[in-house]
Amino acid sequence: MADSFYRPNGAQWALSSPALALFLGLLVVPLALTALLSFSAFHEIHGIQVGHTLGNYLDILSDGYYYELFLRTGAMALGTTAICVLLGVPEAIVLYRMRPMWQGVFFVVILGPLLISVVVRTLGWSILLGREGFINTALMSLGLVDRPLLLMFSMTGVLIALTHVMIPFMIIAVWTSLQKLDGQVEHAARSLGAGPLTTFRRVLLPQLLPGILSGSIIVFTLSASAFATPALIGGRKVKVVTTAIYDEFLTSLDWPLGAAVAVLLLLGILLVVIGSNRFMERKYRQVFA
Amino acid sequence: MSKLSIHGLVKTYAGGFQAVRGLDLEVESGEFISLLGSSGCGKTTTLQMVAGFVEPTAGTVRVDGRDLAGVAPEKRDMGVVFQSYALFPHMTVAQNVAFGLQMRKIRRRELDERVAEALSMVRLSGLESRYPSELSGGQRQRVAIARVLAIRPRVLLLDEPMSNLDAKLRGEMHVELRSLQRRLGITTILVTHDQVEAMTMSDRIAVMAKGGIAELGTPQQIYDRPNSEFAFKFLGLTNELSGQVLSVGNGTASVRVGQACLPWKDAGLPVGKDIRFFLRPERIRLCPIEVARCRASVVTRLFLGGVWFYEVESELGSLRMTVLNAGLAQPQEGEVVGITWNDDDLQLAGAEVGHG
Amino acid sequence: MSRNIGRNGPLAWLFHGVFTAFIVAPLVVIVLVSFSDKGYISMPFEGASLRWYRAILEAPELVNAFWLSIGLGLGAATVATLVAVPAALAIARYRFIGRDGLTALILSPLMIPHVVLGVAFLRFFSLMGWTGSFVALLLVHALIVVPYSLRLTLAALAGMNLEAELAARSLGASRWTTFRRVLLPLIVPGVAGGWVLAFIQSFDEVTMTIFIATPGTTTLPVALYNRVSLMTDPVTTSVSTVMIVGTVVLMLILDRVVGLDRVLLGKK
Repeated sequence: MADSFYRPNGAQWALSSPALALFLGLLVVPLALTALLSFSAFHEIHGIQVGHTLGNYLDILSDGYYYELFLRTGAMALGTTAICVLLGVPEAIVLYRMRPMWQGVFFVVILGPLLISVVVRTLGWSILLGREGFINTALMSLGLVDRPLLLMFSMTGVLIALTHVMIPFMIIAVWTSLQKLDGQVEHAARSLGAGPLTTFRRVLLPQLLPGILSGSIIVFTLSASAFATPALIGGRKVKVVTTAIYDEFLTSLDWPLGAAVAVLLLLGILLVVIGSNRFMERKYRQVFA
Repeated sequence: MSKLSIHGLVKTYAGGFQAVRGLDLEVESGEFISLLGSSGCGKTTTLQMVAGFVEPTAGTVRVDGRDLAGVAPEKRDMGVVFQSYALFPHMTVAQNVAFGLQMRKIRRRELDERVAEALSMVRLSGLESRYPSELSGGQRQRVAIARVLAIRPRVLLLDEPMSNLDAKLRGEMHVELRSLQRRLGITTILVTHDQVEAMTMSDRIAVMAKGGIAELGTPQQIYDRPNSEFAFKFLGLTNELSGQVLSVGNGTASVRVGQACLPWKDAGLPVGKDIRFFLRPERIRLCPIEVARCRASVVTRLFLGGVWFYEVESELGSLRMTVLNAGLAQPQEGEVVGITWNDDDLQLAGAEVGHG
Repeated sequence: MSRNIGRNGPLAWLFHGVFTAFIVAPLVVIVLVSFSDKGYISMPFEGASLRWYRAILEAPELVNAFWLSIGLGLGAATVATLVAVPAALAIARYRFIGRDGLTALILSPLMIPHVVLGVAFLRFFSLMGWTGSFVALLLVHALIVVPYSLRLTLAALAGMNLEAELAARSLGASRWTTFRRVLLPLIVPGVAGGWVLAFIQSFDEVTMTIFIATPGTTTLPVALYNRVSLMTDPVTTSVSTVMIVGTVVLMLILDRVVGLDRVLLGKK
């Protein structure tokens, strides 16, 4: 293995120095300053105070509002992840089983929206979900409901729109697992006496699990840190951590408190990512060596 | 121990491509039969129709007289060994072998016994708790074989099972699998493009071409006395020669080939007819020039270990020949030698092939 | 019972149809509404017009934001490429202590919530007096799109075998000539694809930018967000349609240059 690499001679650091400069100067320093900011006190008239205090964190921990905020954010992210698994896994399998020509077409249709602005996609959903939006108009004219459903400014609406934004990531992750699948295992299971359902449950699904898990981590963390979709669809009714930080910084101007919430969000997400990666490594090291 | 009958089997794909066109084959109980052919000849499609993975467009597959049309693969009781082995990577060796038994709701004690028995048959005892990713290619293949032997299938279907093994291991597996199959007496179909594999293992070989069987017989029959020119050219190496019938009389004919005149034992040929015929390289022998049928000069000499391979320029034209390496002195390149063969070794091409 | 194992049955196709409808519905609705001639959100079936496209031109804040986003995207993608390609070479071709750490650092903007980045840059810019600076905005945009460029370049490098480089060296080429004549031509499609993807990601970024955008540095997505959060008027749909069409065009370019499956699925 070592033979296939150039011997390190310092050139590697010269090559990566622009990246290091950019990331140290514009990422590490600002993040460190933000962490520092979260330990500063805030005065309503005099603004940010000099000195260090745990006050912001104590305020957050002693306030039920923040518990609710984090719980709601977690529930939203978890809900989105669950829907993405339930819809994304079958869709990935359907795509896998298509002829190559159709695969090419539907990859563009289904994964292409990833490249379209989140604001645009969310706008589309707010047009569809509104009180007089197209979904309600259609449901009413079909006589399926007699009063418009409250989809805008509700968790349901946020989940629908977030699923739309996140599901391509799940499909990509499951697809990666499907690519590693030996195409003949399904035949093998069937010829050994397993019906289609048993084959799916005992042979296909366990092999897709690593993909489903890594897709879930991506979808969960991106949902927990999504801003535009919960802000535009959920509004004030469905306030989550990101929209609260936005208000803290740009409306109430309590930057230290906002910074503390941001630090907690970042820590929470790092914890989920690192924790689940550890779990997966432990679980699958032997099987997929 | 079951008898398998395939009758009028056809597979036409959307778009009109005919992968298999009207195949008939009777596999006797306990017989080992190979479907031999190059890629695209329809051999794998045939196997998949027998296994139930692909639905035939027409024709029937019967096991012990029972028509399998519409029977799902999981109800067919066939053991399939795949080219990629298709092991379940998330299950251990033992779990892989147990899978088919669990599907048959075999009870725990018997299941454990049969898993152990199958693994010992393929000499894998002791590796029960390994995952496929922790095994060598040869071991993986043994797991695949144990997995189907465990369910004691009526018919064993082998889909190019050795093509991912290196040459030496492949040779060992041929012998081992063949003796296992004999001992258990399982009716077996092997799909392969490897002639040596087909000849070493099979009771009979079906040479396939263009979706049908071109030649069917024991390995020796189809190699030495095939009914079709296709089979003769497909199997092994051969020299193809052409000539013209000069004269006929006294029960023999005389044929001009190149600058030479060969006696031909069959007098049924019309004078002046252009004929083509074959001569296998291993049927040509070196001999003293005085008793030779033909003189030849050595153009190329290659040492292949067990045999010497020669390309010689003779009065008949350019010929390829092999000589067993019996430790004797061999002629050098450029040397003039005498060569000979038996009359029976000449195989006339065309309709009369098979009558020498 | 499915007799063609590994093929989709009618139920699978039905599911796929509904799923595809779910995916395209919000985009189709936007495009349709943008052609309406009414002053409110409605379908164009009872009167179509291009008035909401003309209306974009009469909203200078949208036009300015559009050009700013274009300039930002071009600059950020270029800076990101110049930073990412040498780093990718270091990561792909050398084994050294800190290699995994370096990779993780460069990819970290993918994992850090953009809200957190926005907060961090807001604080940093106000401390440094960079608030409202286009260059500062460009550099942080470059930072957050570097991972995309790095990933595609790494994929291109992994896809080519080292033996081609070794062959060039043994034929007498210097390390620099090998890079210029052998390596570079082979990774150009990956690098170009990374540039386009970086442009798209910069152009679309809203969550981080909204924290640091000033009236002079408002990007198109931020302007659109601000407008939508006040009211959903038909102009927002015509602007969105322009963005959708622009993205589709770039997608086609990406497909030509590197293949969309490779960008979206990470295929080699």
